[in-house]
Formats: sequence, structure tokens, C-alpha cells
Amino acid sequence: MIASVLTLAFLAQAIRIAVPYAFAALGGAVQERSGVIDLALEAKLLFGAFAAAAVGHATGSAVCGIAGGVAAGMTVALVQAWCALWLAADQVIIGVALNVIALGGTRFLLQAIYHEGANSPPAPAYGDAVLTNPLVPAAIVCALMVPLAVRRTRWGLRLRAAGDRPDALVAVGVSPRRTRLHAMLVGGALAGAGGAQLSLAVGGFSADMSSGRGYIALAMVILSGWRPALAALACVGVAAAQALSVQVQMHMAGGGELRRQIVDLAPLLPYVVTLLVISLYRGRDRSPPSALGKL
Amino acid sequence: MRRSLPVALLASMAVGSILMLVVGASPGHVWWTMVTRVLGSEYQVGQVLYKATGLALTGLAVSVALDAGLFNIGGEAQLGAGIFACALVGTALPAGTPAIVAIPVCTLAAAAAGGAIGGAIGFLRAKRDAHEVITSIMFNAIVAGVVLVEGSEHIFQGGTTTGPAIVPGAELPRLPLGGSAANCALFIAIAAVALVWWLRARTTWGQAWLAVGRDPDAARHAGISVARVQILVMAGAGALAGLAATSFVMGHKHALEEGLGAGTGLLGIVAALLGRLHPVGVGIASLLLGFLSVGGLAVGDLVPKELTEVLLGVVLLAVATAAAWERRAAA
Repeated sequence: MIASVLTLAFLAQAIRIAVPYAFAALGGAVQERSGVIDLALEAKLLFGAFAAAAVGHATGSAVCGIAGGVAAGMTVALVQAWCALWLAADQVIIGVALNVIALGGTRFLLQAIYHEGANSPPAPAYGDAVLTNPLVPAAIVCALMVPLAVRRTRWGLRLRAAGDRPDALVAVGVSPRRTRLHAMLVGGALAGAGGAQLSLAVGGFSADMSSGRGYIALAMVILSGWRPALAALACVGVAAAQALSVQVQMHMAGGGELRRQIVDLAPLLPYVVTLLVISLYRGRDRSPPSALGKL
Repeated sequence: MRRSLPVALLASMAVGSILMLVVGASPGHVWWTMVTRVLGSEYQVGQVLYKATGLALTGLAVSVALDAGLFNIGGEAQLGAGIFACALVGTALPAGTPAIVAIPVCTLAAAAAGGAIGGAIGFLRAKRDAHEVITSIMFNAIVAGVVLVEGSEHIFQGGTTTGPAIVPGAELPRLPLGGSAANCALFIAIAAVALVWWLRARTTWGQAWLAVGRDPDAARHAGISVARVQILVMAGAGALAGLAATSFVMGHKHALEEGLGAGTGLLGIVAALLGRLHPVGVGIASLLLGFLSVGGLAVGDLVPKELTEVLLGVVLLAVATAAAWERRAAA
């Protein structure tokens, strides 16, 4: 039973599921460490997925599709930055608003461009392929490099200063607003790449295909104490639970009522664990950037 | 915020008009057609009222929580739990249960289920310092997952995504509006608006919860138990969102259905902010949002119906930025 579940197919599927979560969480961590709440991850994933499918369909090239997804994520981040940093609107509300716009907006674009209600025309598909999909190694590289960049580079130092002590940044002549904008563009690019994986893995965009992943990724960022590496790791956990459930369902023809229930509810386990960890464990090492959400 | 609201609405209409131009329609013609088609038909007016019923209740669920300084993004979970409980209790009642018993029982089930989720979010915030936005997101995912799994395992009938019908006694009468989905749950929403208005304006209770929202430290020094207020307000907010199930289940579908009411919890945030957190304002905002989403369908032959869905988000963005702009202008 265990051997039949933990196969290469399972691994490939877990990786495919983990990539969008991990990209979104890395992007969210970068943006939030700079002091801007990122509730718009869902919008970045969704617009990223749409743009990747649309560009992929138009050019026939998956790599161009990825570029389109990244650009879309950055565009959403740009709108978010303008509203949050220049117009000083409430960052949580902007995030929710952008998510609502993404949900309707991608369907509007489907209708306006393709006259389709729910699905885009086919785009190049990577499927469960791990070796040929450049997004998989890219995600692994980002999961290693982003934490390093945040911790060790000058860019990372300024980014963390913008999130924790923006006044200190002003004192040395660096604009916190500019620093945050740069962090948001990087974060948007990462989340947009995650969106590209969503649509290019299945070879097309379908309405609401992010289905709450952006929210879950943000929760993992907070759960990890705003540490990008840990957040990406937590996302792998979420993906593994979902892949495991799919595999077990495929390999379990009969099975008792109780066992079926447990397997069906298994994908919810990471959310229950998150809830428990957040409410039971209040460490000081898990506190948010002190200027998060403030201007 | 008074002056900024018309500006935000005009800006949203401008964005909508641009989108209409993008798809090659004439904005003036589309807007006018939308108004005449919706207001000129009993059925469409009924649909607006049906949409507004759910939005007003989930909108109040956001506004009362925000009054107390809590951002209740868990409306989806609270409404989802309400719908699930309402349908479950409604089908479990004996077939001949009279309406005078069945309707209150199902209504209470919906409110209690939503209230339990809301109360849990409030408890985790007040006692465990867990941020309500994150716990709400988790509850949204968990409730949606549980309803889907339990629904497809036990409730949905043979290959469909619809459960068995609730007992006839638990059905809320439809309003006689051209066969639309508008039903007597509208009066529950109106009563909820009145109740929240009364609590805020006329009771020390409402004053306590507004005080906690303005400044928790000051409220604590004034002898208010901030934790108690936060838990009770969130439980009440959850109950309000749960009550929207009366319209979806008892008033319209008479059964559990996959995706029933989905999105109403999220759009409640738009209703609450557009209504400036005032209960009457939330009611008016719900009508406006209901008009927009029904209007989008009504002009579906001229522009994609998704256009007005985009506008719901644009309105929220515009209201938020216009409020910030006015705040800075005043400072």
C-alpha cells in the first residue's frame, strides 16, 4: 500500500502542486518583509495564470507564456503599490479588491478575447513533467536564493529595514517607498511565475483556477514567521498532503467508510495544522515586520 | 468619507465605461439599457432583492466586526457553515413539521453554525493572539472542503451536486415578483439592519464595541473587557453571515447545492465598506451591488456579463483609495 503510493508519479504530482504555492509564498514573504501586506497573491496567481496561457497560446511557446505570467504578476503588484504606497489606501482592503477584480477580470478577458465562458484555448502544457519544465528548477533556485538575498545582500538589508525601521532607512538617505516598490515588483514576478505554473501545467487557463492558493500561501508566510525558506517548505507540505490524498484515492478501490472519510479530508490537514500552530504557539521569533501595513 | 464616496462611484463608472469601449459597446447605451431593463421588469427587481438579501447580511457581518476593529474575511466560512447546517437540519426534520417550528429551527441552525465559526475566530484572536485574517482564511478553506467532501460522500444525490430537499414546512415563501428568487428572507435582512442600528446607536453594548474598535487600550482602561467584546462581536458577525443561508437554502434552492452562496461572503466586504460601516448604508450598498450583478446579466447581449463582476472589485478599490485620499486631505 505505502510502496504503491510513494511512487515517482506521486513525487512528480507533489512537485507540480507545490510550485505555484512556493512561488506565491516566496513573493509574499519578500513583499511583506518590506512592510506591505500582500493579500493580493490570489490576484497575482490568477492574472499570471491567464497571461501565461494567453501568451503561450498566441506564441506557441511555453517560455514566452512564463514571461507573460511574470509580467502580469508585476503589473498587479504595480497597481497594488500605487494604491498602497502613493494613495495610502488600506492594504488589506486593496488586496481583497484586487482579488475580486482578478476573479471577474480574468473571466471578462476570456469572454472579450476568446468568447469563452470558462476555459482558454489550449496552451503548451508541461503536465507532471519535472525535467522539462523550467519552472521546477526555477522554483528550487528561488527557494534557495530568495532567503539568501533577503538575509545577506544590501538589497535584502534595505528591504528588511523598510519593513522594520523605515525611519532608519530615511536617516541613511534611502526612500522606504522606493525600496518597497522594488520588493513588490520582485514579489509580483515570483507570484506571477507561480500563476504560470498553474495554467501551463494543465495547458490552458480555466476560471478561478487559483482557487484560494494565494490565501493559503500567505497563511504559510505568516506561519513561517515571515521566513521565505520556511514558507516555501510549508508549501511543499501543503502540496504533499494534497498529492497524497489524490494518490491514495486512486489506489484504494474499496476501503471502509471511515478510511474513505480520512483520505477525503486529508488535504484539509495543513489548514488545521496551521490553525493549531498559529493559535497554540506564540513565539517571539514569529512576530511580523514591525512596520507591516503602516506607511 | 462623505465627499469621497460619489467620487469613488464616478471613478468606478468611468472604469466600467472604458471596459465597455474595449469590447466595442457604447457606454451610454449599455448603462441606460441596464437601468431600464432591470428596473422595468418585476423579475429583475426581484433578483436584485434576492442578491441584496445575502449581501446585506454578509455585509453586516463585516461591518460589525470592523466596528470592533476586527477584519472579518471569514464570511465565506460562516455562510458556508450556515448553509450546511440549515440544509442538514431542514432535511432531518420529520416530513410533517409545521412551518411555525421548522422555520425558526432552521434559521437558528444557520445562525448558530455561522456564529460558532465567527466565535472561534474571535476567541483565537482575543485569547490566543492569532490574527483573525489568517484564522479566517483557514476556516474558509476548511469549511469549503468539509462541505464538499461530506456533500459528495453523503448528501448529494446520485451523481448530482444537489442534496435532498428540506421539509416543505421550512421553506420561506417567495415574494410575488415575476417568479424571481426574492423571498421572505429579505425581511430577516431588514430586521438585521434594524437590530444592528439599534445596538450601535441605542445600547451601551454597541458603545462598548465601537469603543474597542476606536482604541482597545482606552476601552480597557474604561473597564471594558476587550476580549469578551471581541469574541461576542465575532460570534454575532458570524451569526449574521450564517443567516444569509435562510435566503439561499430556505428561500430559494430548498436543498444543499455545491457552490450555493459562494462569493457572497467575500462581496460582503464590498458592501460593508461601500456602506461606510453604517448598517443602513450597508443595506443601500447591497442593493447597489445587487443591481450591478443582476444588471450585468441583463445586458449580457451587449457586453460580457463578467464586466460588472470586475466593477464590484473596482468599486472596493476606489472606495478604499478615495477614503485614504480624503483622510489625508483632512489631515
